[in-house]
Amino acid sequence: MNKPLRRVAIFCGLLVLSLLIRVNWVQFVQADELKNDTHNRRVAIERYSQPRGNIIVDGKAVTGSTTNESGDFKYKRTYKDGPMWAPVTGYASQAFGSNQLEKLNDSILSGTDDKLFFSRTVDMFTGDKQKGGDVVTTLNAKAQKAAYEGLGKSKGAVAAINPETGAILALASTPSYDPSTFAGMSDKDAKAYNGLLKKNNPDDPMLNRALRQTYPPGSTFKVVTAAAALENGLYTDINAKTDSPLPWYLPDTAHQPLNNEGNIPCENASLKEALRWSCNTVFGKISADLGNKKMKAEAEKFGYNDPEVDTPVRAAESVYPTDNRPQNAMAGIGQASNRATPLQMAMVTAAIANGGKLMKPYMVDQLVAPNLNVVQQHTPEAMSQPLKPENAQKLQEMMEGVVKNGTGTNGQIDGVTVGGKTGTAQHGENNKDNPYAWFISYAKTSKGTPVAVAVVIEGSDTLRGDIAGGKLAAPIAKKVMEAVLDGKK
Amino acid sequence: MSSTTTTTTVGTIGAPSRRNTELAMLVFAVLIAVFAYINVGLAKEGSVPAGVLGYALGLGLLAGITHLVVRKWAPYADPLMLPIATLLNGLGLVFIWRLDQEPQITTKQLGGAMAPGQLMWSTLGVALFLGVLIFLKDHRVLQRYTYISMVVALVLLIAPIFFPAKFGARIWITIPGVGSLQPGEFAKIVIAIFFAGYLMVKRDALALASRRFMGLYLPRGRDLGPILVIWALSLMILVFETDLGTSLLFFGLFVIMLYVATERTSWIVFGLLLSAGGAVAVATFESHVQERVQNWLNPLQLINGGVTETAQAMYSFGSGGILGSGLGQGYSRLIGGIAPKSDYILATVGEEAGLAGVMAVLLLYGLLIERGIRTALAARDPFGKLLAIGLSGAFALQVFVVAGGVTGLIPLTGMTMPFLAQGGSSVIANWALVAILLRISDTARRPAPAPAPSTDAEMTQVVRP
Repeated sequence: MNKPLRRVAIFCGLLVLSLLIRVNWVQFVQADELKNDTHNRRVAIERYSQPRGNIIVDGKAVTGSTTNESGDFKYKRTYKDGPMWAPVTGYASQAFGSNQLEKLNDSILSGTDDKLFFSRTVDMFTGDKQKGGDVVTTLNAKAQKAAYEGLGKSKGAVAAINPETGAILALASTPSYDPSTFAGMSDKDAKAYNGLLKKNNPDDPMLNRALRQTYPPGSTFKVVTAAAALENGLYTDINAKTDSPLPWYLPDTAHQPLNNEGNIPCENASLKEALRWSCNTVFGKISADLGNKKMKAEAEKFGYNDPEVDTPVRAAESVYPTDNRPQNAMAGIGQASNRATPLQMAMVTAAIANGGKLMKPYMVDQLVAPNLNVVQQHTPEAMSQPLKPENAQKLQEMMEGVVKNGTGTNGQIDGVTVGGKTGTAQHGENNKDNPYAWFISYAKTSKGTPVAVAVVIEGSDTLRGDIAGGKLAAPIAKKVMEAVLDGKK
Repeated sequence: MSSTTTTTTVGTIGAPSRRNTELAMLVFAVLIAVFAYINVGLAKEGSVPAGVLGYALGLGLLAGITHLVVRKWAPYADPLMLPIATLLNGLGLVFIWRLDQEPQITTKQLGGAMAPGQLMWSTLGVALFLGVLIFLKDHRVLQRYTYISMVVALVLLIAPIFFPAKFGARIWITIPGVGSLQPGEFAKIVIAIFFAGYLMVKRDALALASRRFMGLYLPRGRDLGPILVIWALSLMILVFETDLGTSLLFFGLFVIMLYVATERTSWIVFGLLLSAGGAVAVATFESHVQERVQNWLNPLQLINGGVTETAQAMYSFGSGGILGSGLGQGYSRLIGGIAPKSDYILATVGEEAGLAGVMAVLLLYGLLIERGIRTALAARDPFGKLLAIGLSGAFALQVFVVAGGVTGLIPLTGMTMPFLAQGGSSVIANWALVAILLRISDTARRPAPAPAPSTDAEMTQVVRP
């Protein structure tokens, strides 16, 4: 019986050998793959085992970390003034992932980025735990506060840019949410998160209206139409009479007039006067005279129809449509299918205020390693040149007229030159919903033009007649501009 | 048998008993387990655990008593098996205690801490081990109970059908107030006794009365009967108890013993064909088995959006890497429930002791198996040979089926890692198994009785005045 016994011995040996080979395969060959698999919870446990890096505004962190009482994850994200900063930071939740800056800069914040290679290597030798780096933003805490508090309980958004660099100074959206409430993974967090979802909350507080929502820009778009008229040579003198009959009928329609808001002197009004009074007929006709192609080209120079406006958080695409003549005329006064994000309108304002040069908007200035070394620094770059400098000058004069003695007088600031434009965009079929109130403006001092801002307020409960951009939106824009100017003194 | 006279296990007159080797190895085994225990405490709490003295004394005492009993009642027994079993059992206790430190899988619903219970079962196992060594003076006594064994084995195997299924397999007998029993673990030993007795009697008929066909010896129909019965039985276990592992274990065990008894390769071919056919047939209509196979083919696949136990075990192994996270510092609790303490205990070894640790544990099992087979080689009687190979073979198959299942080499089956995993039946049965193997090896290595003094020789002595 010994021969088969020996063979069985070999067989059993082979069984053990095959097990040994298998564990070598799993724990050596496949180890890294399994270790870093997205469903391997150890990845998340490791990730939350140290405090996350912070998002910095004006030298102070607007985020933090706290230790969890229970569960796998040691550290949890916290936010200071969460609702105010949520449109900037986004959220980083253990259970629900992350978005915006928290997501885009995750590798820096969690300390896994290759840019942190040096500090990680040092940590390895000193035995320290891997630490996260910080994200330094361009935002201005005072401006942000002014914007957020100015919006208050109404639904709307504010975007403010430094026209000279493209640095985003304020980015507020209301109603907002506190990302701290669902940073963990308890049932409480889940309840808070579900309560914020659009399907459970019609106000959609997690929507970043400043970047991710498009609105009809209404009359504020007239500055783009004016820019198109100047750039294409349709009119060169802003004080000369334009060829603008009143009433004016939309092209290709059976005498359908384009109405002005009230009885305002729009017949053959100069560009400056037309903008001051916000004449629909004048700018509708300019858009019709230039044609869809030229209007679209000018709008695109300001950043329209670009699906990749990354700040680095990607803004929704603002659309100037390809459309027929009557619709194009409507689009020229910011209606029809013309849609813009608040950031887009801030960019338009900034380009005009910056002598016609549009700077690429950005909100991350520096990425800083845990040892305070700057691993990445943003340098401002030009995005396009929608206006010649002399035309920019003319437009500025027009917009300053609006604030001086036009529809935008609420934007005036003592001792500062302010240019702006109001807008009241129709909303809904036959204008049955509350309109959107807009105000775009910039403030100019002897030292330069430090701020351009766009404010939109949607669906306010105020009476329809009162919703003029000048009444609702302009005071907010004014406060934001003042906050920025205060900081410059 | 003559060819094995050079091996150390075969007793020649004056062969060393190797009891001191065993003692040294036992000390080593206890020390490793105690160090592992301290290691866990340091990693989890930052201090030497309070229970270390009790654990060290308890394990040392058990090892000491077993050693003394072996020294007295089985002095020529194999010196390696006891230390290996002690080490595996000791490490198993450490790992279970280590997993008890994870509150998520030590809730009241899951039965709370399991290390104390396991320690009690281990003690009972060792007591049974001692009982076998003390009261079973000669393993050949077991031969008398061949057919009783058969009945007992059948009862043990069939009984779980009448009890509710637990964790998807019907392998438990639940006795209210006492707890659950896995009769398969005991059946493993009893059925090996039956096969050994049966095959010893029938082996000539099975081996010689056969027709040669295409180079293979085919058994006669009437000899085929019992084999088909066993095959049918193992399939029944598979179908009614949805227990792939036990079924494979018994059929494999039978084929191995048949092959050893008859020395006919044709039995292996026959056995493989039957088991392959049975497995395919069952897999086509048994959803439980299909699910396991699916899990095996796609271990990381999400099921209902969740990470499966299989995937969690793979993550454990993968995250352990070569050297492991260190005892007490892994996350094998993510497997969830009590599975990390029982079926998946090897995943904890893999994660916390790394590839190195798993290889060491597998080699310990390999060594134990090969010592068992060496015992079979050394045994002088066919019953002893068959019984020893049966027990070692069953042990080897079990280790392969469990470790292979957990590491994803083969589809997972619900069985426990001998000695290492949590489970009372398993640890008790395996201590008994080792005791029987030690008894056989003691008989095998025992020096032949000194030749009786020949009276003639005395007569021819020259007496010098």
